[in-house]
Amino acid sequence: MPFKIIASQCTSCSACEPECPNVAIREKGGTFVIDPKKCTECLGHFDEPQCVAVCPVDNTCVIDTSLPRYQAPA
Amino acid sequence: MDVSAQHDASSNGNFAEVGEIMQVIAEHKGCGTSGGSGKASCGSQAGQGDLPTEIWEKVKNHPCYSEEAHHHYARMHVAVAPACNIQCNYCNRKYDCANESRPGVVSEKLTPEQAAKKVLAVASTIPQMTVLGIAGPGDPLANPEKTFKTFELIYNTAPDIKLCLSTNGLMLPDHVDTIAKYNVDHVTITINMVDPEIGAKIYPWIFYKHKRYTGYEAAKILTDRQLQGLEMLTERGILCKINSVMIPGINDQHLVEVNKAVKSRGAFLHNIMPLISAPEHGTVFGLNGQRGPSAQELKALQDSCEGEMNMMRHCRQCRADAVGLLGEDRSAEFTTEKIMAMEVKYDAETRKAYQEKVEEERVAKVVAKQEELAELAGASSDIKVLAAVATKGSGLINEHFGHAKEFQVYELSTAGAKFVGHRRVDLYCQGGYGEEDSLETIIRAINDCHAVFVAKIGGCPKGDLIKAGIEPVDQYAHEFIEKSAIAWFKAYLDKVNSGEIEHVERGDAAIRQGALISAA
Repeated sequence: MPFKIIASQCTSCSACEPECPNVAIREKGGTFVIDPKKCTECLGHFDEPQCVAVCPVDNTCVIDTSLPRYQAPA
Repeated sequence: MDVSAQHDASSNGNFAEVGEIMQVIAEHKGCGTSGGSGKASCGSQAGQGDLPTEIWEKVKNHPCYSEEAHHHYARMHVAVAPACNIQCNYCNRKYDCANESRPGVVSEKLTPEQAAKKVLAVASTIPQMTVLGIAGPGDPLANPEKTFKTFELIYNTAPDIKLCLSTNGLMLPDHVDTIAKYNVDHVTITINMVDPEIGAKIYPWIFYKHKRYTGYEAAKILTDRQLQGLEMLTERGILCKINSVMIPGINDQHLVEVNKAVKSRGAFLHNIMPLISAPEHGTVFGLNGQRGPSAQELKALQDSCEGEMNMMRHCRQCRADAVGLLGEDRSAEFTTEKIMAMEVKYDAETRKAYQEKVEEERVAKVVAKQEELAELAGASSDIKVLAAVATKGSGLINEHFGHAKEFQVYELSTAGAKFVGHRRVDLYCQGGYGEEDSLETIIRAINDCHAVFVAKIGGCPKGDLIKAGIEPVDQYAHEFIEKSAIAWFKAYLDKVNSGEIEHVERGDAAIRQGALISAA
Protein backbone atom coordinates (compact mmCIF):
# COMPACT_ATOMS: atom_id res chain seq x y z
CA MET A 1 0.00 0.00 0.00
CA PRO A 2 2.97 2.09 -0.33
CA PHE A 3 3.47 5.07 -2.64
CA LYS A 4 2.06 8.50 -2.03
CA ILE A 5 2.40 11.82 -3.83
CA ILE A 6 3.60 14.84 -1.88
CA ALA A 7 0.94 17.34 -2.91
CA SER A 8 3.03 20.46 -2.31
CA GLN A 9 5.57 19.25 -4.88
CA CYS A 10 3.14 17.88 -7.48
CA THR A 11 3.10 20.04 -10.63
CA SER A 12 -0.14 18.36 -11.67
CA CYS A 13 1.39 17.42 -15.01
CA SER A 14 -0.58 14.13 -15.09
CA ALA A 15 2.36 12.11 -16.43
CA CYS A 16 1.98 9.46 -13.72
CA GLU A 17 -1.74 8.83 -14.18
CA PRO A 18 -1.67 6.76 -17.40
CA GLU A 19 1.56 4.97 -16.40
CA CYS A 20 0.11 3.32 -13.28
CA PRO A 21 -0.56 -0.35 -14.06
CA ASN A 22 -3.12 -0.50 -11.24
CA VAL A 23 -5.09 2.61 -12.24
CA ALA A 24 -4.47 3.81 -8.71
CA ILE A 25 -3.76 7.46 -9.60
CA ARG A 26 -6.35 10.18 -10.10
CA GLU A 27 -6.63 13.96 -9.92
CA LYS A 28 -7.94 15.35 -6.70
CA GLY A 29 -8.07 19.00 -5.69
CA GLY A 30 -5.64 20.22 -8.34
CA THR A 31 -2.92 17.62 -7.78
CA PHE A 32 -2.72 13.85 -8.16
CA VAL A 33 -3.20 11.20 -5.48
CA ILE A 34 -2.46 7.48 -5.24
CA ASP A 35 -5.11 5.14 -3.88
CA PRO A 36 -3.13 3.14 -1.30
CA LYS A 37 -5.55 0.23 -1.60
CA LYS A 38 -4.70 -0.19 -5.27
CA CYS A 39 -0.95 0.54 -5.29
CA THR A 40 1.26 -2.53 -5.58
CA GLU A 41 4.58 -0.66 -5.87
CA CYS A 42 4.44 -1.96 -9.47
CA LEU A 43 5.57 -5.37 -8.17
CA GLY A 44 4.90 -7.99 -10.79
CA HIS A 45 4.42 -5.29 -13.45
CA PHE A 46 7.66 -3.39 -13.85
CA ASP A 47 11.19 -3.25 -12.46
CA GLU A 48 10.69 0.22 -11.08
CA PRO A 49 7.65 2.08 -9.77
CA GLN A 50 6.27 3.92 -12.80
CA CYS A 51 5.10 7.04 -10.97
CA VAL A 52 8.58 7.54 -9.52
CA ALA A 53 10.26 6.96 -12.87
CA VAL A 54 8.13 9.43 -14.83
CA CYS A 55 7.64 12.19 -12.22
CA PRO A 56 9.49 15.40 -13.20
CA VAL A 57 10.03 16.45 -9.57
CA ASP A 58 12.42 14.23 -7.61
CA ASN A 59 11.21 12.84 -4.27
CA THR A 60 7.57 13.60 -4.97
CA CYS A 61 6.29 10.03 -5.39
CA VAL A 62 7.60 8.39 -2.21
CA ILE A 63 6.95 5.37 0.00
CA ASP A 64 4.22 6.11 2.51
CA THR A 65 5.95 4.99 5.69
CA SER A 66 2.78 5.27 7.72
CA LEU A 67 1.47 2.19 5.95
CA PRO A 68 2.80 -1.36 5.76
CA ARG A 69 4.70 -2.34 2.61
CA TYR A 70 2.77 -4.08 -0.14
CA GLN A 71 2.80 -7.86 0.13
CA ALA A 72 2.33 -9.83 -3.02
CA PRO A 73 -0.48 -12.35 -2.59
CA ALA A 74 0.90 -15.81 -1.82
CA MET B 1 18.31 -1.08 -22.92
CA ASP B 2 15.34 -3.12 -24.02
CA VAL B 3 15.10 -4.95 -27.30
CA SER B 4 13.19 -2.35 -29.26
CA ALA B 5 15.52 0.41 -28.18
CA GLN B 6 18.42 -1.67 -29.43
CA HIS B 7 16.61 -2.09 -32.66
CA ASP B 8 16.11 1.66 -32.94
CA ALA B 9 19.77 2.20 -32.30
CA SER B 10 20.95 -0.31 -34.87
CA SER B 11 18.56 0.89 -37.52
CA ASN B 12 20.17 4.27 -37.18
CA GLY B 13 23.61 2.82 -37.60
CA ASN B 14 23.56 3.42 -41.33
CA PHE B 15 22.91 7.15 -41.16
CA ALA B 16 24.90 7.96 -44.23
CA GLU B 17 22.83 5.68 -46.42
CA VAL B 18 19.51 6.90 -45.10
CA GLY B 19 20.81 10.43 -45.33
CA GLU B 20 21.50 9.96 -49.02
CA ILE B 21 18.05 8.62 -49.68
CA MET B 22 16.51 11.53 -47.77
CA GLN B 23 18.64 13.91 -49.75
CA VAL B 24 17.18 12.60 -52.97
CA ILE B 25 13.68 12.97 -51.58
CA ALA B 26 14.41 16.46 -50.36
CA GLU B 27 15.84 17.48 -53.69
CA HIS B 28 12.94 15.95 -55.49
CA LYS B 29 10.62 18.11 -53.44
CA GLY B 30 12.76 21.11 -54.33
CA CYS B 31 12.72 22.25 -50.77
CA GLY B 32 15.24 24.47 -48.99
CA THR B 33 17.42 21.60 -47.90
CA SER B 34 19.07 20.99 -51.25
CA GLY B 35 22.21 18.92 -51.19
CA GLY B 36 25.81 19.90 -51.01
CA SER B 37 26.52 23.44 -50.02
CA GLY B 38 24.30 26.40 -50.65
CA LYS B 39 20.58 26.50 -50.31
CA ALA B 40 17.50 27.40 -52.25
CA SER B 41 16.11 30.81 -51.46
CA CYS B 42 12.99 29.41 -49.90
CA GLY B 43 11.68 28.91 -46.43
CA SER B 44 11.86 31.78 -44.06
CA GLN B 45 12.58 34.35 -46.74
CA ALA B 46 10.16 36.82 -48.26
CA GLY B 47 7.91 35.79 -51.10
CA GLN B 48 7.58 32.51 -52.91
CA GLY B 49 10.96 32.78 -54.57
CA ASP B 50 11.84 29.43 -56.07
CA LEU B 51 9.70 27.47 -53.60
CA PRO B 52 7.46 24.92 -55.27
CA THR B 53 3.85 26.04 -55.09
CA GLU B 54 2.76 23.13 -52.89
CA ILE B 55 5.32 24.08 -50.23
CA TRP B 56 4.64 27.79 -50.56
CA GLU B 57 0.96 27.07 -49.93
CA LYS B 58 1.91 25.33 -46.70
CA VAL B 59 4.20 28.06 -45.35
CA LYS B 60 2.88 31.31 -46.78
CA ASN B 61 0.56 32.08 -43.88
CA HIS B 62 2.35 30.16 -41.17
CA PRO B 63 4.04 32.79 -39.00
CA CYS B 64 6.66 30.37 -37.66
CA TYR B 65 7.64 28.82 -40.99
CA SER B 66 7.78 32.07 -42.95
CA GLU B 67 9.53 35.15 -41.63
CA GLU B 68 7.56 37.25 -44.06
CA ALA B 69 4.24 35.77 -42.88
CA HIS B 70 4.97 36.53 -39.24
CA HIS B 71 4.41 40.22 -39.82
CA HIS B 72 0.84 39.50 -40.90
CA TYR B 73 -0.46 36.22 -39.50
CA ALA B 74 -1.04 35.03 -35.96
CA ARG B 75 -0.83 31.66 -34.27
CA MET B 76 -2.14 30.13 -31.10
CA HIS B 77 -1.10 27.28 -28.86
CA VAL B 78 -3.50 25.28 -26.72
CA ALA B 79 -2.13 23.78 -23.52
CA VAL B 80 -3.70 20.33 -23.65
CA ALA B 81 -0.52 18.31 -23.14
CA PRO B 82 0.81 18.70 -19.59
CA ALA B 83 2.79 15.45 -19.25
CA CYS B 84 6.38 15.12 -20.40
CA ASN B 85 8.62 12.12 -20.89
CA ILE B 86 12.04 13.72 -20.68
CA GLN B 87 13.78 16.14 -18.37
CA CYS B 88 15.75 19.07 -19.79
CA ASN B 89 18.18 21.19 -17.80
CA TYR B 90 16.72 24.39 -19.26
CA CYS B 91 13.15 23.63 -18.24
CA ASN B 92 11.32 23.96 -14.95
CA ARG B 93 7.64 23.22 -15.21
CA LYS B 94 6.81 24.44 -11.75
CA TYR B 95 7.35 28.12 -12.41
CA ASP B 96 4.35 29.99 -13.82
CA CYS B 97 4.29 33.71 -13.32
CA ALA B 98 1.42 35.28 -15.26
CA ASN B 99 3.93 37.67 -16.78
CA GLU B 100 6.26 34.94 -17.83
CA SER B 101 6.84 34.11 -21.47
CA ARG B 102 8.86 31.07 -22.42
CA PRO B 103 8.22 27.50 -23.53
CA GLY B 104 7.06 24.89 -21.05
CA VAL B 105 4.93 27.28 -19.06
CA VAL B 106 1.17 27.92 -19.05
CA SER B 107 -1.38 29.46 -16.75
CA GLU B 108 -4.09 26.85 -17.15
CA LYS B 109 -4.49 23.45 -18.73
CA LEU B 110 -7.34 22.74 -21.13
CA THR B 111 -9.33 19.66 -22.05
CA PRO B 112 -9.52 18.93 -25.81
CA GLU B 113 -13.12 20.18 -25.83
CA GLN B 114 -12.20 23.45 -24.11
CA ALA B 115 -9.25 23.80 -26.47
CA ALA B 116 -11.46 23.36 -29.54
CA LYS B 117 -13.83 26.03 -28.31
CA LYS B 118 -10.92 28.34 -27.57
CA VAL B 119 -9.60 27.89 -31.10
CA LEU B 120 -12.96 28.84 -32.61
CA ALA B 121 -13.27 31.83 -30.27
CA VAL B 122 -9.84 33.12 -31.19
CA ALA B 123 -10.34 32.42 -34.90
CA SER B 124 -13.50 34.52 -34.84
CA THR B 125 -11.87 37.39 -32.93
CA ILE B 126 -8.49 37.38 -34.72
CA PRO B 127 -9.23 36.56 -38.38
CA GLN B 128 -5.52 36.47 -39.23
CA MET B 129 -5.01 33.56 -36.80
CA THR B 130 -4.17 30.79 -39.24
CA VAL B 131 -2.23 28.23 -37.24
CA LEU B 132 -3.04 26.12 -34.23
CA GLY B 133 -0.10 24.48 -32.51
CA ILE B 134 0.16 22.06 -29.64
CA ALA B 135 3.45 22.54 -27.88
CA GLY B 136 2.91 21.33 -24.36
CA PRO B 137 3.42 22.57 -21.72
CA GLY B 138 4.80 19.01 -21.60
CA ASP B 139 5.27 17.02 -24.77
CA PRO B 140 2.28 16.59 -27.12
CA LEU B 141 3.27 13.01 -27.94
CA ALA B 142 3.55 12.09 -24.26
CA ASN B 143 -0.18 12.96 -24.22
CA PRO B 144 -1.26 11.41 -27.52
CA GLU B 145 -4.95 10.96 -26.73
CA LYS B 146 -5.45 14.59 -25.68
CA THR B 147 -3.33 15.93 -28.53
CA PHE B 148 -5.01 13.97 -31.31
CA LYS B 149 -8.50 14.43 -29.89
CA THR B 150 -7.90 18.19 -30.05
CA PHE B 151 -6.64 17.96 -33.64
CA GLU B 152 -9.66 15.84 -34.60
CA LEU B 153 -12.15 18.33 -33.15
CA ILE B 154 -10.53 21.25 -34.94
CA TYR B 155 -9.99 19.37 -38.17
CA ASN B 156 -13.75 18.72 -38.25
CA THR B 157 -14.98 22.20 -37.32
CA ALA B 158 -12.38 24.58 -38.79
CA PRO B 159 -10.61 22.78 -41.62
CA ASP B 160 -8.94 25.98 -42.87
CA ILE B 161 -6.78 26.24 -39.74
CA LYS B 162 -3.36 24.72 -40.16
CA LEU B 163 -2.39 22.20 -37.50
CA CYS B 164 1.07 22.08 -36.09
CA LEU B 165 2.86 20.36 -33.24
CA SER B 166 6.13 20.69 -31.43
CA THR B 167 7.77 17.68 -29.80
CA ASN B 168 10.97 16.47 -28.20
CA GLY B 169 10.81 13.57 -30.66
CA LEU B 170 11.09 10.67 -28.21
CA MET B 171 7.71 9.17 -29.16
CA LEU B 172 7.60 10.63 -32.67
CA PRO B 173 8.22 7.42 -34.70
CA ASP B 174 5.17 5.79 -33.07
CA HIS B 175 2.82 8.60 -34.08
CA VAL B 176 3.87 9.61 -37.58
CA ASP B 177 0.91 7.89 -39.23
CA THR B 178 -1.59 9.57 -36.90
CA ILE B 179 0.08 12.93 -37.53
CA ALA B 180 -0.37 12.37 -41.27
CA LYS B 181 -3.98 11.21 -40.78
CA TYR B 182 -5.06 14.50 -39.18
CA ASN B 183 -3.31 16.47 -41.87
CA VAL B 184 -0.84 17.99 -39.44
CA ASP B 185 1.57 19.36 -41.98
CA HIS B 186 4.07 21.14 -39.77
CA VAL B 187 6.04 19.39 -37.06
CA THR B 188 8.78 20.95 -34.96
CA ILE B 189 11.33 18.72 -33.25
CA THR B 190 13.64 20.10 -30.59
CA ILE B 191 17.06 18.65 -31.35
CA ASN B 192 19.89 20.02 -29.24
CA MET B 193 22.49 17.41 -30.10
CA VAL B 194 23.30 14.39 -32.24
CA ASP B 195 26.13 13.30 -29.92
CA PRO B 196 24.94 11.50 -26.75
CA GLU B 197 28.03 12.69 -24.85
CA ILE B 198 26.76 16.24 -25.29
CA GLY B 199 23.16 15.12 -24.75
CA ALA B 200 24.05 13.77 -21.32
CA LYS B 201 24.90 17.34 -20.27
CA ILE B 202 21.50 18.63 -21.39
CA TYR B 203 19.09 15.81 -20.48
CA PRO B 204 19.34 14.25 -17.00
CA TRP B 205 16.86 11.50 -17.91
CA ILE B 206 14.19 10.19 -20.25
CA PHE B 207 11.23 7.89 -19.56
CA TYR B 208 10.90 5.34 -22.33
CA LYS B 209 9.07 2.03 -22.45
CA HIS B 210 8.33 1.94 -18.72
CA LYS B 211 11.87 2.70 -17.72
CA ARG B 212 13.88 5.75 -16.69
CA TYR B 213 17.17 6.04 -18.55
CA THR B 214 19.93 8.45 -17.59
CA GLY B 215 23.22 9.75 -18.94
CA TYR B 216 24.66 8.62 -22.26
CA GLU B 217 22.12 5.85 -22.69
CA ALA B 218 19.19 8.27 -22.35
CA ALA B 219 20.66 10.74 -24.82
CA LYS B 220 21.47 7.94 -27.29
CA ILE B 221 17.88 6.68 -27.33
CA LEU B 222 16.60 10.25 -27.65
CA THR B 223 18.81 11.23 -30.58
CA ASP B 224 18.09 7.96 -32.42
CA ARG B 225 14.36 8.39 -32.01
CA GLN B 226 14.47 12.08 -33.01
CA LEU B 227 16.37 11.44 -36.23
CA GLN B 228 14.26 8.42 -37.08
CA GLY B 229 11.09 10.47 -36.55
CA LEU B 230 12.45 13.29 -38.71
CA GLU B 231 13.18 10.88 -41.55
CA MET B 232 9.72 9.33 -41.32
CA LEU B 233 8.05 12.75 -41.45
CA THR B 234 10.02 14.10 -44.40
CA GLU B 235 9.36 10.85 -46.28
CA ARG B 236 5.67 11.67 -45.98
CA GLY B 237 6.14 15.24 -47.16
CA ILE B 238 5.40 16.76 -43.75
CA LEU B 239 7.38 19.97 -43.25
CA CYS B 240 9.78 19.79 -40.32
CA LYS B 241 11.33 22.61 -38.39
CA ILE B 242 14.16 21.86 -35.99
CA ASN B 243 14.46 23.89 -32.81
CA SER B 244 17.84 23.96 -31.09
CA VAL B 245 18.67 25.73 -27.86
CA MET B 246 22.10 27.36 -28.05
CA ILE B 247 23.91 26.64 -24.77
CA PRO B 248 27.35 28.31 -24.78
CA GLY B 249 30.14 25.91 -23.84
CA ILE B 250 27.87 22.85 -24.15
CA ASN B 251 26.41 22.62 -27.64
CA ASP B 252 27.15 25.94 -29.37
CA GLN B 253 29.83 24.60 -31.71
CA HIS B 254 28.08 21.24 -31.99
CA LEU B 255 24.92 22.83 -33.42
CA VAL B 256 26.74 23.12 -36.75
CA GLU B 257 26.83 19.28 -36.75
CA VAL B 258 23.18 19.16 -35.76
CA ASN B 259 22.42 21.49 -38.64
CA LYS B 260 24.13 19.13 -41.11
CA ALA B 261 22.41 16.07 -39.62
CA VAL B 262 18.92 17.51 -39.88
CA LYS B 263 19.50 19.05 -43.26
CA SER B 264 20.59 15.69 -44.68
CA ARG B 265 17.34 14.19 -43.41
CA GLY B 266 15.19 16.72 -45.21
CA ALA B 267 14.36 19.24 -42.47
CA PHE B 268 12.88 22.43 -43.91
CA LEU B 269 13.96 25.06 -41.42
CA HIS B 270 16.38 25.34 -38.50
CA ASN B 271 15.63 27.56 -35.53
CA ILE B 272 18.58 28.16 -33.24
CA MET B 273 17.33 29.91 -30.11
CA PRO B 274 19.23 31.46 -27.21
CA LEU B 275 19.17 29.61 -23.89
CA ILE B 276 16.84 31.22 -21.35
CA SER B 277 18.45 30.70 -17.96
CA ALA B 278 17.34 33.37 -15.51
CA PRO B 279 18.04 32.06 -11.99
CA GLU B 280 14.50 32.88 -10.83
CA HIS B 281 13.10 30.26 -13.21
CA GLY B 282 14.71 27.58 -11.05
CA THR B 283 16.03 25.49 -13.94
CA VAL B 284 19.25 23.50 -13.55
CA PHE B 285 21.02 25.85 -15.95
CA GLY B 286 19.48 28.89 -14.24
CA LEU B 287 20.74 27.74 -10.87
CA ASN B 288 24.21 26.61 -11.91
CA GLY B 289 24.99 29.90 -13.62
CA GLN B 290 25.02 28.60 -17.20
CA ARG B 291 24.83 31.74 -19.35
CA GLY B 292 22.92 32.28 -22.55
CA PRO B 293 24.57 33.64 -25.74
CA SER B 294 24.95 37.31 -26.62
CA ALA B 295 23.09 38.70 -29.63
CA GLN B 296 26.20 38.59 -31.81
CA GLU B 297 27.17 35.06 -30.70
CA LEU B 298 23.70 33.86 -31.68
CA LYS B 299 23.78 35.69 -35.00
CA ALA B 300 27.26 34.36 -35.84
CA LEU B 301 26.09 30.77 -35.28
CA GLN B 302 22.92 31.34 -37.30
CA ASP B 303 24.96 32.92 -40.08
CA SER B 304 27.41 30.01 -40.13
CA CYS B 305 24.56 27.51 -40.54
CA GLU B 306 22.69 29.58 -43.11
CA GLY B 307 24.92 28.59 -46.00
CA GLU B 308 23.57 25.09 -45.47
CA MET B 309 19.93 25.69 -44.72
CA ASN B 310 17.14 28.16 -44.05
CA MET B 311 17.40 29.63 -40.60
CA MET B 312 14.50 30.88 -38.55
CA ARG B 313 15.43 34.09 -36.76
CA HIS B 314 12.03 35.41 -35.79
CA CYS B 315 11.17 32.90 -33.04
CA ARG B 316 9.92 34.58 -29.86
CA GLN B 317 10.21 31.41 -27.74
CA CYS B 318 6.57 31.63 -26.82
CA ARG B 319 4.53 29.90 -24.15
CA ALA B 320 2.52 26.75 -24.69
CA ASP B 321 -0.66 28.86 -24.46
CA ALA B 322 0.38 31.91 -26.51
CA VAL B 323 -2.19 33.69 -28.70
CA GLY B 324 -1.59 36.36 -31.33
CA LEU B 325 1.12 37.62 -33.62
CA LEU B 326 4.58 36.41 -32.64
CA GLY B 327 5.87 38.96 -30.17
CA GLU B 328 2.45 39.80 -28.80
CA ASP B 329 0.49 37.79 -26.27
CA ARG B 330 -3.28 38.04 -26.17
CA SER B 331 -3.86 34.92 -24.11
CA ALA B 332 -5.32 36.94 -21.24
CA GLU B 333 -8.31 37.77 -23.47
CA PHE B 334 -9.08 34.08 -23.88
CA THR B 335 -9.10 32.47 -20.46
CA THR B 336 -11.29 29.38 -20.09
CA GLU B 337 -13.77 31.37 -18.07
CA LYS B 338 -14.14 34.00 -20.79
CA ILE B 339 -14.29 31.46 -23.60
CA MET B 340 -16.97 29.35 -22.01
CA ALA B 341 -19.09 32.48 -21.67
CA MET B 342 -18.58 33.40 -25.35
CA GLU B 343 -21.12 32.79 -28.09
CA VAL B 344 -18.87 31.53 -30.85
CA LYS B 345 -19.92 31.45 -34.46
CA TYR B 346 -17.21 30.29 -36.80
CA ASP B 347 -17.37 32.50 -39.86
CA ALA B 348 -15.06 31.11 -42.51
CA GLU B 349 -16.17 33.72 -45.08
CA THR B 350 -15.22 36.73 -42.96
CA ARG B 351 -11.87 35.12 -42.20
CA LYS B 352 -11.25 34.54 -45.87
CA ALA B 353 -12.15 38.11 -46.82
CA TYR B 354 -9.85 39.48 -44.12
CA GLN B 355 -6.99 37.27 -45.21
CA GLU B 356 -7.41 38.39 -48.80
CA LYS B 357 -6.85 41.97 -47.63
CA VAL B 358 -3.73 40.86 -45.80
CA GLU B 359 -2.45 39.29 -49.01
CA GLU B 360 -2.93 42.61 -50.87
CA GLU B 361 -0.92 44.34 -48.15
CA ARG B 362 1.84 41.77 -48.52
CA VAL B 363 2.05 42.17 -52.27
CA ALA B 364 2.26 45.97 -51.93
CA LYS B 365 5.10 45.56 -49.46
CA VAL B 366 7.09 43.25 -51.71
CA VAL B 367 6.62 45.56 -54.71
CA ALA B 368 7.82 48.56 -52.69
CA LYS B 369 10.89 46.65 -51.59
CA GLN B 370 11.70 45.56 -55.14
CA GLU B 371 11.44 49.14 -56.43
CA GLU B 372 13.76 50.45 -53.78
CA LEU B 373 16.16 47.56 -54.29
CA ALA B 374 16.35 48.34 -58.00
CA GLU B 375 17.76 51.76 -57.12
CA LEU B 376 20.50 50.08 -55.15
CA ALA B 377 21.49 48.01 -58.17
CA GLY B 378 25.00 48.77 -59.29
CA ALA B 379 26.08 50.02 -55.90
CA SER B 380 28.79 47.83 -54.48
CA SER B 381 30.16 47.96 -50.98
CA ASP B 382 31.28 45.51 -48.31
CA ILE B 383 29.59 47.55 -45.64
CA LYS B 384 26.90 45.74 -43.65
CA VAL B 385 25.02 47.45 -40.86
CA LEU B 386 22.22 46.44 -38.54
CA ALA B 387 19.12 48.55 -38.04
CA ALA B 388 16.46 48.15 -35.36
CA VAL B 389 12.80 48.77 -36.23
CA ALA B 390 9.84 49.58 -33.98
CA THR B 391 6.78 47.90 -35.49
CA LYS B 392 3.33 46.70 -34.52
CA GLY B 393 3.16 44.40 -37.54
CA SER B 394 2.05 44.49 -41.19
CA GLY B 395 5.65 45.14 -42.21
CA LEU B 396 5.38 48.86 -41.35
CA ILE B 397 7.42 51.24 -39.19
CA ASN B 398 4.40 51.99 -37.06
CA GLU B 399 5.42 51.92 -33.41
CA HIS B 400 6.49 54.74 -31.12
CA PHE B 401 10.00 54.27 -29.70
CA GLY B 402 8.79 54.49 -26.13
CA HIS B 403 5.97 51.98 -26.66
CA ALA B 404 8.03 49.28 -28.35
CA LYS B 405 8.23 46.02 -26.44
CA GLU B 406 10.68 44.67 -28.98
CA PHE B 407 12.69 45.84 -31.96
CA GLN B 408 13.06 43.85 -35.15
CA VAL B 409 16.60 43.81 -36.48
CA TYR B 410 17.50 43.98 -40.17
CA GLU B 411 20.90 43.55 -41.73
CA LEU B 412 21.40 46.12 -44.49
CA SER B 413 23.84 45.61 -47.34
CA THR B 414 23.90 46.23 -51.06
CA ALA B 415 22.00 42.93 -51.33
CA GLY B 416 19.05 44.53 -49.56
CA ALA B 417 17.40 44.39 -46.15
CA LYS B 418 17.39 41.03 -44.43
CA PHE B 419 15.55 40.20 -41.21
CA VAL B 420 18.13 38.77 -38.80
CA GLY B 421 16.43 38.85 -35.42
CA HIS B 422 14.54 40.73 -32.80
CA ARG B 423 15.35 42.19 -29.41
CA ARG B 424 13.00 42.33 -26.48
CA VAL B 425 13.10 45.55 -24.54
CA ASP B 426 10.03 45.29 -22.30
CA LEU B 427 10.51 45.82 -18.61
CA TYR B 428 11.41 42.96 -16.38
CA CYS B 429 8.82 41.28 -14.23
CA GLN B 430 8.97 42.91 -10.78
CA GLY B 431 11.79 41.03 -9.14
CA GLY B 432 14.28 43.67 -8.18
CA TYR B 433 14.76 44.90 -11.73
CA GLY B 434 11.93 47.43 -11.77
CA GLU B 435 14.19 50.37 -11.04
CA GLU B 436 16.44 49.71 -14.00
CA ASP B 437 16.68 52.58 -16.45
CA SER B 438 14.65 51.41 -19.40
CA LEU B 439 16.48 53.56 -21.95
CA GLU B 440 19.80 52.08 -20.92
CA THR B 441 18.29 48.63 -21.29
CA ILE B 442 17.07 49.45 -24.78
CA ILE B 443 20.47 50.74 -25.82
CA ARG B 444 22.11 47.56 -24.52
CA ALA B 445 19.62 45.45 -26.50
CA ILE B 446 20.25 47.26 -29.80
CA ASN B 447 23.85 48.30 -29.19
CA ASP B 448 25.01 46.46 -32.33
CA CYS B 449 22.71 48.59 -34.55
CA HIS B 450 23.66 51.73 -36.47
CA ALA B 451 20.11 53.10 -36.59
CA VAL B 452 16.70 52.64 -35.07
CA PHE B 453 13.59 53.26 -37.18
CA VAL B 454 10.54 54.50 -35.32
CA ALA B 455 7.14 56.08 -36.02
CA LYS B 456 7.86 58.72 -33.39
CA ILE B 457 10.43 59.47 -30.72
CA GLY B 458 10.80 62.07 -27.97
CA GLY B 459 13.66 64.57 -27.85
CA CYS B 460 15.27 63.12 -24.75
CA PRO B 461 15.76 59.50 -25.85
CA LYS B 462 16.78 60.84 -29.26
CA GLY B 463 19.73 62.66 -27.73
CA ASP B 464 20.78 59.66 -25.66
CA LEU B 465 20.64 57.35 -28.68
CA ILE B 466 22.80 59.70 -30.74
CA LYS B 467 25.27 59.85 -27.86
CA ALA B 468 25.39 56.04 -27.88
CA GLY B 469 26.12 56.11 -31.61
CA ILE B 470 22.69 54.87 -32.75
CA GLU B 471 20.90 57.14 -35.21
CA PRO B 472 17.18 57.57 -34.46
CA VAL B 473 15.24 57.67 -37.76
CA ASP B 474 11.64 58.88 -37.76
CA GLN B 475 11.37 60.21 -41.31
CA TYR B 476 9.88 56.91 -42.59
CA ALA B 477 7.01 56.78 -40.11
CA HIS B 478 4.21 54.42 -41.24
CA GLU B 479 6.11 53.36 -44.34
CA PHE B 480 7.25 49.86 -45.31
CA ILE B 481 10.19 48.60 -43.27
CA GLU B 482 12.36 47.10 -45.98
CA LYS B 483 11.83 49.85 -48.52
CA SER B 484 12.66 52.51 -45.93
CA ALA B 485 15.65 50.64 -44.57
CA ILE B 486 17.12 50.26 -48.05
CA ALA B 487 16.53 53.95 -48.78
CA TRP B 488 18.26 54.93 -45.55
CA PHE B 489 21.16 52.57 -46.25
CA LYS B 490 21.61 54.03 -49.70
CA ALA B 491 21.89 57.50 -48.19
CA TYR B 492 24.29 56.11 -45.56
CA LEU B 493 26.56 54.67 -48.24
CA ASP B 494 26.49 57.95 -50.13
CA LYS B 495 27.58 59.83 -47.03
CA VAL B 496 30.37 57.33 -46.39
CA ASN B 497 31.53 57.56 -50.00
CA SER B 498 31.51 61.35 -49.99
CA GLY B 499 33.53 61.34 -46.78
CA GLU B 500 30.79 63.13 -44.87
CA ILE B 501 30.74 60.34 -42.28
CA GLU B 502 33.08 57.50 -41.42
CA HIS B 503 31.78 53.94 -41.20
CA VAL B 504 32.58 52.32 -37.85
CA GLU B 505 31.70 48.83 -36.66
CA ARG B 506 29.30 48.53 -33.71
CA GLY B 507 29.75 46.34 -30.63
CA ASP B 508 27.72 43.44 -29.27
CA ALA B 509 24.24 43.50 -27.74
CA ALA B 510 22.49 41.69 -24.89
CA ILE B 511 19.59 39.26 -25.21
CA ARG B 512 16.86 39.95 -22.66
CA GLN B 513 16.13 37.07 -20.32
CA GLY B 514 13.28 38.42 -18.28
CA ALA B 515 9.56 37.90 -18.38
CA LEU B 516 7.26 39.46 -20.94
CA ILE B 517 4.72 41.74 -19.37
CA SER B 518 1.74 41.05 -21.57
CA ALA B 519 -0.36 43.82 -20.05
CA ALA B 520 2.21 46.54 -20.62
